[in-house]
Amino acid sequence: MTVVSPGASNESASSARPGHRIKLRVNGEAYESEVDPRMPLADYLRDVLGLTATHVGCEHGVCGVCNVLVDGRAVRSCLMLAVQADGREVRTVEGLAEGGKLHPIQEAFIEEHGLQCGFCTGGFMMALCELFEGNPHASDEEIKDVVGGQICRCTGYNAILRAAQNAAAKMGAAGS
Amino acid sequence: MKSAPFEYAAPATIGDALDILGENDPDAVKLMAGGQSLMPLLNMRLARPELVVDLGRVADLDFIRETAEGVAIGAMTTKRAVEESELIRSEFPLFWESTVAIGHPPIRNRGTVGGSMAQADPASEYPAAAIALDAELVAVSKAGERVIAAEEFFVTYLTTSLEPGEILTEVRIPRPASGTGWSFQEVARRHGDFAIVGAVATLRLEGGVVVDPRIVVFGAADRAVRMGEAEGLISGQRPAEEVFEAAANRIAAGVEDPLSDVHASEEYRRHLAVVLGGRALREAAERATREGAGA
Repeated sequence: MTVVSPGASNESASSARPGHRIKLRVNGEAYESEVDPRMPLADYLRDVLGLTATHVGCEHGVCGVCNVLVDGRAVRSCLMLAVQADGREVRTVEGLAEGGKLHPIQEAFIEEHGLQCGFCTGGFMMALCELFEGNPHASDEEIKDVVGGQICRCTGYNAILRAAQNAAAKMGAAGS
Repeated sequence: MKSAPFEYAAPATIGDALDILGENDPDAVKLMAGGQSLMPLLNMRLARPELVVDLGRVADLDFIRETAEGVAIGAMTTKRAVEESELIRSEFPLFWESTVAIGHPPIRNRGTVGGSMAQADPASEYPAAAIALDAELVAVSKAGERVIAAEEFFVTYLTTSLEPGEILTEVRIPRPASGTGWSFQEVARRHGDFAIVGAVATLRLEGGVVVDPRIVVFGAADRAVRMGEAEGLISGQRPAEEVFEAAANRIAAGVEDPLSDVHASEEYRRHLAVVLGGRALREAAERATREGAGA
């Protein structure tokens, strides 16, 4: 168990509000922290745990760059409070690769050039991770429903769709 | 863009939640369901409650139960659970269709049925579906339980007939009568975005004429609005193009004081209400005809 407290630089740390103690697992590691209720899960992951692969964009649920998995389900971590993650299992982009080997979704994004600046990429990958780990044979419609929920402002979506289809093929082949 | 500070409570039972509501100034408290509307309001500081009461840990508010009359859905049931329910998909297809039009998978994983109803956003799909399906909303308070017809529940922008001290716990949808045709229509910038305007319709055909038509338009005014006059024009009529057209045109007058904003002008919203209302009626009638032929 790692006990992590918000850093002094964090605005919420200077608040006199009583903290709430939370225990959760992130990428398989157990953590325990005291957090200000208003802290979003995204800020907790980035500012407290230092897991900065979860990006923060619009902060109102529209862009999707902050997607993480909570108990296996993709959620906008800007629209969930850190206190609400108490007792939950969280997975972030850092939790995709295992044992130094990239996740098939990461490999597919590289192979298909499914990114340019990369700011939004983690959000796409986590949303697709929920879909494909549930069903690697997802239909194009289901893939588009997921990809359509994410905003990318540099590539256009064709390469991202190709990456998604490539990832589905890899994961389907590995699973069946 | 960060929320102002607030105190936080996560009661484990409805009784505890009601106690907390009773002990605090109603204007200082916000109930949080899935948070997919409240969190943006907090982050943008449009809402600055002193206390957020999170219903996410309250037991027994997350269920989809088939009942003798239809289905009962717990207020904290996620939209994803509704989307994944075979019962809803097969028996309550209008409600299912309304669900998958809401946001995107990560939003539907957190957003709840009760949260959307209580938020009463004028552009939200669920209030319109609830009115068209003649749903009832169940609220509890220290005084007991109150059952509110959907038509009485949605009052105006972000306002319902819930009283301070009441918590929405359940939505009950009666099983549509056999042979009911339905339609869900909306125009949004992207699939999953808030509707600019939408329309839902249900109707049945008996002896070749339209029975019990319901047309509800959303996103056009301060709330989802049932179009009584347009319904009157189609009720008892044989489904025919001139009947649909007359009913759709009457929707223009039913859209009083339409919204006007950066997304669409008043005129465009009224135009969409007429076009989508007409499409909804035609599709509902086609489905009712097929249902009748198949039965």
